[in-house]
Amino acid sequence: MLWGDPMNKNLELFLTFMKIGTFTFGGGYAMIPLIQREVCDNKKWLNEDDILEVVAIAESTPGPVAINAATFVGSRTAGTLGAVCATLGVVLPSFLIISLISFILKAFQESRAVQYAFMGIRAGVLALILKAVYTMFKATKKHAVSYVIMAAALVLTAFLKIDAVFVIIGCAVFGLVWSLLFRKEQNDDMD
Amino acid sequence: MIWIELFLTFLKIGAFTFGGGYAMLPLIQNEIERHGWLTQAEVVDFIAVSESTPGPLAINMATFVGIRTGGVFGAVCATLGVVLPSFVIILIVAKFYEKFRKSRAVDGVMYGLRPAVIGLIGAAFLSVGMTVFFPNGLQTAVFSGTGFWLSLAIFGLGTVLAFKKLHPIAIIGISAVIGIIAGYALGLYLNP
Repeated sequence: MLWGDPMNKNLELFLTFMKIGTFTFGGGYAMIPLIQREVCDNKKWLNEDDILEVVAIAESTPGPVAINAATFVGSRTAGTLGAVCATLGVVLPSFLIISLISFILKAFQESRAVQYAFMGIRAGVLALILKAVYTMFKATKKHAVSYVIMAAALVLTAFLKIDAVFVIIGCAVFGLVWSLLFRKEQNDDMD
Repeated sequence: MIWIELFLTFLKIGAFTFGGGYAMLPLIQNEIERHGWLTQAEVVDFIAVSESTPGPLAINMATFVGIRTGGVFGAVCATLGVVLPSFVIILIVAKFYEKFRKSRAVDGVMYGLRPAVIGLIGAAFLSVGMTVFFPNGLQTAVFSGTGFWLSLAIFGLGTVLAFKKLHPIAIIGISAVIGIIAGYALGLYLNP
């Protein structure tokens, strides 16, 4: 244990999540193995089952997975103040690093090399988004209703230019009504 | 007032994002277009910066957009906005999470949302694709044909590498290097 027992648990939460925030690259899911190592193996605040719950809950509540996970672990471990400390910890490194990078980029954005680099990077990012769509598509249970919702969300947002917020609300309401009317048992045809 | 606007906009984005950072893209694109804060190309650049720096994508994007439009305090407002909905909702859920997990209503909502998020990211893919391949719209070819073919080649290579599970940062790095080398070699014209 790096931080001794007498030390405040809230401070420990803050520092642990600051470490997690500093070493997570990419989306929130990349954070889960780190949370597991720090929170279960090192600190023993939660067990493995709790981590599965963290993932399940983070997925089914709005907001970035990273914030959901930090708030949940903090709140389970040390109440509301713990949640504040964990969330603050996970946000702080990004915030500082991005602020710094933003100033550096601003200084170099007129440079020809930087502009060429970003021209290449944009095409690379497109490939990353394609991979993300494919991975998520593979992970969903495929049946007629989910295909219809997928297609509807795509067409409404991309071609009819409907605000994504309305598409999300619409799909949530549709899923709820459809489930209550036509799906008998919960989880019967889900992943 | 730019700060209140940033806070409220990112509050909305935080409240309606389900899943990882990419799910946030369509919302960010919508809002940024509406407010005219940044160009679509800048949004794509931000994704690259967010991917290659530590921290959750959502926080990185909020901080970046905030700082560009409203300075450091703007970044504080945007980040606070994107964090707040998750924070409050999770605090409530953590107390009732047994009930939450067994709730038929939550299950039903997720039944609709899971595929919707895939459709939304698909839409983001199409609009980012437009920005990459036709930066000046479909009619104008000011960026010249060379830029189009170069982007297509990098996209193709990036896709192969992504499916070979190469790390996103490596893909961004390779794309940048090819962009610089090809840009100078071909003497590509850049838009002001």
